[in-house]
This record gives sequence, structure tokens and C-alpha cells, in this order.
Amino acid sequence: MTAPTAAAGDVVELELPARPEVVSVARLVIGALVAADPLFDEERSADLRLAISEACTNAIQAEMKGRGDAPVDPDAEPIMMRCVLADGQIEVAITDHGGGFDPAGLEAHPEVTSPDRLNYEGGLGIPLIKMLADHLEFQPTGDGTTVVMRFEPRTPGLRPVIGSVNGNEPASGEG
Amino acid sequence: MDLRLEVSERGEWSVVEAGGEIDVATAPRLREQLIALVNDQRYHIVVSLEAVDFIDSTGLGVLISGLKRVRTHGGRFALVCTEPRILKVFEITGLLAVFNVCSSVDEAIAPEAEADEVAP
Repeated sequence: MTAPTAAAGDVVELELPARPEVVSVARLVIGALVAADPLFDEERSADLRLAISEACTNAIQAEMKGRGDAPVDPDAEPIMMRCVLADGQIEVAITDHGGGFDPAGLEAHPEVTSPDRLNYEGGLGIPLIKMLADHLEFQPTGDGTTVVMRFEPRTPGLRPVIGSVNGNEPASGEG
Repeated sequence: MDLRLEVSERGEWSVVEAGGEIDVATAPRLREQLIALVNDQRYHIVVSLEAVDFIDSTGLGVLISGLKRVRTHGGRFALVCTEPRILKVFEITGLLAVFNVCSSVDEAIAPEAEADEVAP
């Protein structure tokens, strides 16, 4: 893992081996970054830590799955986390080399309150990010995906629970 | 940060007190603990999240799995959580309607707490 590098005091880039243990490092970094900005209160900081945890988990799991039959070397192909704090908001981009995925092709889950939902342990990650971030997009790269999340300081009002989100926005796989 | 797990028995209930962070790195240990309890025919399980500082969807998935596992044996599964930051994760995912979330272990294992989770 390489040390964070800052440019102009508002950009932090981090290169992390694609291993589960580094997700907590990503959370620490984002927490420290927003702690320096009084616009982001403790609750919003917790939102960011959760969203970044979900995105990093997806990135690492995508790489651990490997591409085809060849597993990715977590040290040779690290995940990248780039944070830009500017104009009163923070943008976090997380890039993996996991071969890419189609967010529109994710499997639909039953409503969260449906007994059938218990058959699905995954699929909560991306809906969680959607609720916590003010903006979310998936950018395909040559060999993976960049997830771009943007956060404004204030906590947005609680949006519909994931059960209803799932009704028209399937979630699974990397979720 | 690591995940700490302590298991104790209260009659027919097993109480798993978790502390620290539950994420993709640590959740497998919680999953293994819950599986071990069910394998030991301990079908009434309380997981206390009172000392948990962080949980994400990987941790939620393990808890969903635990709930499902004890239900297949006719058991009961409850959580203890009063920390607003942790409760928020259950709230925004709609899982407050799925889990029996109590404010103490005593409440969770009380006989009147049987009307837990969603109707089968």
C-alpha cells in the first residue's frame, strides 16, 4: 500500500492492495479527510465511511473473483481511491481491475420485508451507496470499473428503504 | 480495527457480544460463530451490537444468514442495538422490519419477545 498523497491540500489518492483488510484503512482515510472540514458533521462522516466501505468491498470482491480463470494478484493490481474535497463537497472515485460489471444487469431481489429476502445475503451494498451519496455513477474502464460518488455536507432526508428501491432497481452481484 | 466476539449462555439462549467493526474482513468470523452455535443445536441466538462501532452490508448479510439459519430449526434470533449510528444502517436498509431489535439482552430473551421478525 502506498501512502496517501495530497495535492493543493484537497486531493488524496490512495493505492490499496485488493485485500479485505484494507477496507478499514479506506474508512479511516475518508474519516480523517472529512474531519478536517467543519461542513461535514459526525453523522455525514459516518455516511461517507459506510459508502466507501461498500464501494471498496465491491472493488476488492470484483478483483478476488478474478477475470475468467485467472485470479488477479491483489498486489499487482491494486484498487485506487481518489478523493477530491472542493466546492463544499467531496468526490470519491474507486477503481478496480475486476473485469467490470453491468449495474443494470444486477439480479432483482425480493422486497426486504419478504420472507424470500432471507435467501439473499448480498445486494444491499449498491442500494446503500445510492441512499448515502448525492451522486453515484459507474464508469467502465479498460479492465474494470470506476465508481464515482459525490457527497454534500448535509445529511439528505431518509429516502425509501431498499425494499422499495429494489422494486425497480435490481441489486445484487457487486452489491 | 478487529472484531471481538464473546459468547455466553443464558438458559436456552446463546448471547454473542460483538465489539469493533463488522465488514468484509471480519464478518466471516461472525458467520463462523453463528454456524458453530447452530451446529451445536443452539437455536436461540442474541447478537449484541452494543460495542460495535461499524457495520456495513457484509455484516448485515451475515446477520440475515444467521436469522435464516435459526429459523430453519424453529429457533429465535434477536439483536441488541441502541447506538443511533448502527441503528441507522438497519433503518435505511429496511431491516428494522426484518430483525427483532431490542434495547437489552434481557429484553431480547424475555418470553414476551417472541413475536419477532416478520411473519413467516
